[in-house]
Amino acid sequence: MDNVLAFLRWIVTEAAAPKLLVPLVFVALILTLKYYRVVTKPRVAGPIGLLIVVFLVGSCFDANFRKIITKADNIPIILLLFSVFFLVWLSLRRAALNDEAAEKGEPPLEARFKRETVLVWPDLVMIELIVIVGLTALLAFWAVGLPAPLEEPASAALTPNPSKAPWYFLGLQEMLVYYDPWYAGVVLPTMIVVGLMAIPYIDTNPKGNGYYTLVERKFAISVFLIGFIVFWIALITIGTFLRGPNWNFFGPYDYWDVHMSVPLKNINISEIFWVKMLKQGMPEAWYVRELPGIVMVIAFVMIGPLLLAKTVLKKLFKQLDIVRFSVVVTLLLFMISLPAKMLGRWLFNLKYVVYIPEYFINL
Amino acid sequence: MVKDKTHVTDSRLGERTGVPAVKKGTQDPMEMDPMPEGSTPFQAPELSTRREAFWLAAGWGVFGWAGLTSVGMLVRFLFPGAPFDPAQVFSAGAPEQFPNNTVSEAFKKSNQVWICNQEYEGQQILFALSTICTHLGCTPNWLDGDQKFKCPCHGSGFYANGINFEGPAPRPLERFRIFIGDDGSIVVDKTKKFQQEKGEWADPDSYIPAV
Repeated sequence: MDNVLAFLRWIVTEAAAPKLLVPLVFVALILTLKYYRVVTKPRVAGPIGLLIVVFLVGSCFDANFRKIITKADNIPIILLLFSVFFLVWLSLRRAALNDEAAEKGEPPLEARFKRETVLVWPDLVMIELIVIVGLTALLAFWAVGLPAPLEEPASAALTPNPSKAPWYFLGLQEMLVYYDPWYAGVVLPTMIVVGLMAIPYIDTNPKGNGYYTLVERKFAISVFLIGFIVFWIALITIGTFLRGPNWNFFGPYDYWDVHMSVPLKNINISEIFWVKMLKQGMPEAWYVRELPGIVMVIAFVMIGPLLLAKTVLKKLFKQLDIVRFSVVVTLLLFMISLPAKMLGRWLFNLKYVVYIPEYFINL
Repeated sequence: MVKDKTHVTDSRLGERTGVPAVKKGTQDPMEMDPMPEGSTPFQAPELSTRREAFWLAAGWGVFGWAGLTSVGMLVRFLFPGAPFDPAQVFSAGAPEQFPNNTVSEAFKKSNQVWICNQEYEGQQILFALSTICTHLGCTPNWLDGDQKFKCPCHGSGFYANGINFEGPAPRPLERFRIFIGDDGSIVVDKTKKFQQEKGEWADPDSYIPAV
């Protein structure tokens, strides 16, 4: 029995490390999208949800796990995980039902309820009142039961260890581990916002309006869910539960040891190329030194779109005009640059692809 | 045929509001009297009594006083009375306080400086390192067991000589100007900083040879 538990712990700890967790979430999401009609069936999705509950409750027998999970700060994140799970299931389930109906030539579920209007007075107003009272009561009880933890007064000489951003920024903080601050903190967030604003202009698909569907909007929904689940929710989860003192990774059952030592040396592409591959010193001039990295970035920007147009985005390339396609591909390249750098860090201990501290340009 | 608009009357508006219909286009709007008969146009009350004059002066006086005071407070705000920043140039004591291959945290809290006695490029030197992480400005911790500075915010790591080697920090920690004062003690001058990536660590002002 102890052996089984130890084995389970080992598996969970290994799978929770960012280098496995992020790819695992990605693969799980892709499989869900591919087999969404089977996965979202209550008798499949139900046990999966139950398994998550069993995992959380069972793991609470571990003191270290319980300590992190039940922190007043972290409880909303647990609720967030369940709400994301439920809402993604709900939308994909209804999409599956609608898509099946469409194949039989039937209208979507939403079209079968003739509900163009709602009764406002007193029906809707009463419902709203009840919800307002209920939520206010819930917030009041929450504030009394789980008070917001206050820390000691701020000091310039002492940064709390670990120093965590508000939960909704923990995905950004995780991105900052891999990229230079101006890229992960300024360029990428800007591109996320710009990309979301651009959706009405680049998504000209008129289908899926007012009803759930996946077949008719496969690309749009997949890209959104990958960005939201893998690069936002998963990173928030890692930042909340798995990043401890000194921003080291800690397994779900590990004790957050401030003195834990993790030997780690990150290296730049220039060092890999000149020192490790060519076995010579680093060139003096930065433009010679950083040439391999610059070539890689140019190749990523130039060959990436062509490769995408030929493979994954073949259909989209035919559908969209050249301007829209260029915008979509540019946004996608920015999105891909994040996991690309993460993989580089996990596999090769990569620090920067282009490293020009002389001019504050690091990629 | 163009319809002659000058004689069109808006009878519906008149019915609803009780105001007699006005022939559109027959009158210049500026000349029309918008007042119903019997009412007088607005006139500023005259300052007929001394009491009214008093209250007017008092009102403007209070308003002016409040305005002047807030401008004065704003100007005063620009010149803080007590500088809370620690001195930019401070004495760190005798060089013997910092034995070879150590990092002193004695001035971290008061001046945000580590005094290090480390070997750098084959030379044993004393230098003052800034406690501000070059990634996003958190304060790293000195881990004596690992002989490194480790930032709690994003996991950047620096060797004892200040060179970055792990995590996202793009450049080494900054050095401050350091020299031996007239009384033989170490003086750190935080107004001048030296950045390794600009080749400034070769500047003799950025370190003093250890004894």
